[in-house]
Amino acid sequence: MATEASPIFDTDELVINMGPQHPSTHGVLRIVLKLDGERVIDADVVIGYIHRGIEKLSENRDWTQIILLTDRMDYVAAATNNLGYCETVEKLMEIEVPRRARYIRTVLAELQRIASHCLWLGTHAMDIGAMTVFLYAFRERELILDLFEDYCGARLTYNSMRIGGLPLDIPTGWDNKVRAFCDLMESKIPEYEELLTNNRIWLERTRGVGVISGEDAVGLGLCGPPLRGSGVYRDVRKDEPYAAYDEFEFDVPLGTNGDTYDRYLIRLEEFKQSIRIIRQGLDGMPEGPVMGKVPRLIKPKAGETYHAIESPKGELGYFIVSDGRATNPYRFRVRPPSFCNLQGLRPLIVGHLVADVVTLIGTIDVVLGEVDR
Amino acid sequence: MIETIVIPLLKIAVLLNAVLVSVTFMTLLERKVIAWAQSRLGPMRVGPYGVLQAIADPIKLILKEDITPVKADRMMFTLAPIISLVPALVVFAVVPFGGDELFYITDINVGLLFIISVTSIGVYGIILAGWASNSKYPLLASLRASAQLISYEIAVTMTLVSVILTAGTLSMVGIVQAQQDSGLWYGFVQPVAFVLVLIGGLAETNRAPFDMPEAEQELTGGFHTEYSGMRFALFFLAEYANMIVISAVVTVLFWGGWLRPFPSIDALAFLDLIPSWIWFFGKMFVFLYLFIWIRATLPRYRYDQLMRLGWKVLIPIAIGNIVVTGIAKVVL
Repeated sequence: MATEASPIFDTDELVINMGPQHPSTHGVLRIVLKLDGERVIDADVVIGYIHRGIEKLSENRDWTQIILLTDRMDYVAAATNNLGYCETVEKLMEIEVPRRARYIRTVLAELQRIASHCLWLGTHAMDIGAMTVFLYAFRERELILDLFEDYCGARLTYNSMRIGGLPLDIPTGWDNKVRAFCDLMESKIPEYEELLTNNRIWLERTRGVGVISGEDAVGLGLCGPPLRGSGVYRDVRKDEPYAAYDEFEFDVPLGTNGDTYDRYLIRLEEFKQSIRIIRQGLDGMPEGPVMGKVPRLIKPKAGETYHAIESPKGELGYFIVSDGRATNPYRFRVRPPSFCNLQGLRPLIVGHLVADVVTLIGTIDVVLGEVDR
Repeated sequence: MIETIVIPLLKIAVLLNAVLVSVTFMTLLERKVIAWAQSRLGPMRVGPYGVLQAIADPIKLILKEDITPVKADRMMFTLAPIISLVPALVVFAVVPFGGDELFYITDINVGLLFIISVTSIGVYGIILAGWASNSKYPLLASLRASAQLISYEIAVTMTLVSVILTAGTLSMVGIVQAQQDSGLWYGFVQPVAFVLVLIGGLAETNRAPFDMPEAEQELTGGFHTEYSGMRFALFFLAEYANMIVISAVVTVLFWGGWLRPFPSIDALAFLDLIPSWIWFFGKMFVFLYLFIWIRATLPRYRYDQLMRLGWKVLIPIAIGNIVVTGIAKVVL
């Protein structure tokens, strides 16, 4: 692989295969590292170990069956995948979604963002050696999974949305549970910060590591926290509001240095902003149905559309083509944020030490299920 | 005959067993303490509150298949774990666990030097393990380990010189007696040295936040990646035995060994009712707990940062400490 790239193989370099079975590659990512001592001089990122052909599979499934498949892409943030897909089809069919459904969707998506960031924080800190944060973050994630279980019965792959709305209204008392969770989460964030934010070792390990300028970040097509960490203002929730985000107030945190520490701070701030959105959503929750007027047979007229949402990892877009005759899409294509962010991995890790490689895989927050689909 | 051979042999047998058993229970303690720090329960299934886990683990490791990779250097591969464990056990010969002669195997006049020299042999085990495995990750880890251990060996040894200057002896028993005579634990006399040895000790035992050689997340387990079964367990035993050694050394040098707190104040004489070995083990336990606590709290240093800390911070401070100690010794 990497050895073929250079015609004269220098024996002083050590080629080492990180992954696909490696504790810190967050799934089945494989990186072929070319090392000079401990320094990385070249890296070859190899993906495809968890390719299940979700896109092609979707072209042979009913429009509603695809929701189930989207769960399996970014499996730590299934609800946002559902949301993105359902909204795309709604846009294609011009279905009006009831306001209550849009509110509940927003709350679910933000809960999902917190859960996904919890997982990110835990694994990222674990990669750098802070093992306690991992369990703290998973403790809170567990509560979100419980909330989702209360809502739709599933804990990981929710299948929680339908084209035109939601399959279920929220159960009685659920909103109070979510409020209680928000209060709890708010009290737990300082616990994470206490262990990391001002920790000297954490600062040394993250500050100035993996710096990427705003220009490069845009050039590489990064999205989500890695892009905002470099100071580029781009948040689909603000720029092209979907669900009920245009009705809520929230801030988009931006970084200044574009290093790992900034990306860490941004995600911590997003915890707080998500809590803020959830509270607004619960307080302003309108009455009404949760399912819009949807034809019995979902068969969009011929046409194509692209729609993106801000998933916890970045811009998650769906491009769907319907030929207007079949009950399945003619073409189904996903723009997964993890895949695009993974483009930034090679420029980030070249020149750093082996220990930083795992830090940088963590900081861009990839989920391989989404990269390969 | 009995005096020179039988009694020391008995003591050695008792001590070896005590160390090995306490090492297995150290692993349990570590798992429990870290679990509590992380709001979970830790092992709970084997025996009441999981206390028998400490016995189940070694049994599992003994019963596991012992694999030698095809391309490994067989002899070195077998030798490496032994080399790393034996020095860790040998140094217990000069650790005085109590004031009475019953509680130490021997008291040689260069006790501290003996400990320093013997513990540094342990690093060969790690280097050879990485080398003999004939695998890339262990090799990287063992190179890291050798660099790290050598750097911190220097810092710690330099620091110990100032303690030797203060005590005027290298004998472990002598150092404690010197503290008794001066009426102060050396932790108060040499606070800088105390902190340095503690940090260096963490680094020398490869404990967090300096656990680079076995950095699980980067190097998939480090130098013992290719080891399994009992040979892996030997490395494990060596690591924990080293932790106990460092705790014992710090206790002897800075916390007055078996002495009660403030040995010069007669009003506290009732504390002498507690046997000296209980004081010793209590103090050692504090340090062992501290090691575990640190592991639960801190992230890991990066290799270059670790070297910087060793060479640019610890060693200069250690040298400065020697100078200050020397001047103080002459002036006072």
